[in-house]
Amino acid sequence: MKVKAKEKDGIVKVKVLAKHQNIGPEEAEKKKKEANFITSVIAKVGDKVVYEMNGSGFMSKNPLYKFKFKGAKKGDELEVTWTDFKGNTKSKKVKIK
Amino acid sequence: MDRRKFLGLGLAAIALVPMTKLNATDFRKEKPDAWKATTPADAIKALYGEAKPEEKGVNIKAPKLAENGGKIPVVVKSDIDAKSVALFQDSNPRSLVAVWTIPEGGIVDFSVTMKMKKSGKITAVVEGKDGKLYSKVLPIEVSKGGCGG
Repeated sequence: MKVKAKEKDGIVKVKVLAKHQNIGPEEAEKKKKEANFITSVIAKVGDKVVYEMNGSGFMSKNPLYKFKFKGAKKGDELEVTWTDFKGNTKSKKVKIK
Repeated sequence: MDRRKFLGLGLAAIALVPMTKLNATDFRKEKPDAWKATTPADAIKALYGEAKPEEKGVNIKAPKLAENGGKIPVVVKSDIDAKSVALFQDSNPRSLVAVWTIPEGGIVDFSVTMKMKKSGKITAVVEGKDGKLYSKVLPIEVSKGGCGG
């Protein structure tokens, strides 16, 4: 997973590139693979949740998420976590630039 | 089971979960029906109830013609003071793509990359803090299907 966070004029722009096959049930049948996809992406600064998404199997392979939020400054730590259908999770911490 | 009881059970279940729970709102657990609905209309109903969304205040940015249906960049934007935002389409087996919970002071400007099997319409619905629903529908042409097809 790659995460980039940049602050400008009080607004933090974040790009998250998750590495995941994101295979929905129908696709899994065709490709003879197991269905598994990212079901939630959460970003936090400290204890504060700044981004929260629940997704289905119709996100693309290696999905790119972009979002903006207020209330953080340069140097703050942003933690992004995704969880998939099978319960695997991955998180990454970056400093806001 | 009617909706009210169902929601009540959901709330009770949340109350029992210890504070370490990561999500504030897990739409996949709370609204399982919405993820099974096959049309945007049904999915909106399962997610937000009977309220009819108004077509204003929401903006979707996406390519008119997507060459690769496997990776379509979609941007949802709105200035509405929102509680949640949902994204639907009508060309895949199930309609709901994503639901965002908007944190306090959050900005509604989300970009995702999604898959579409064939040409169709994408719908974004914003649930305002005023309890009303706002929506926008955008047709997209897909030349190569991206849902394993």
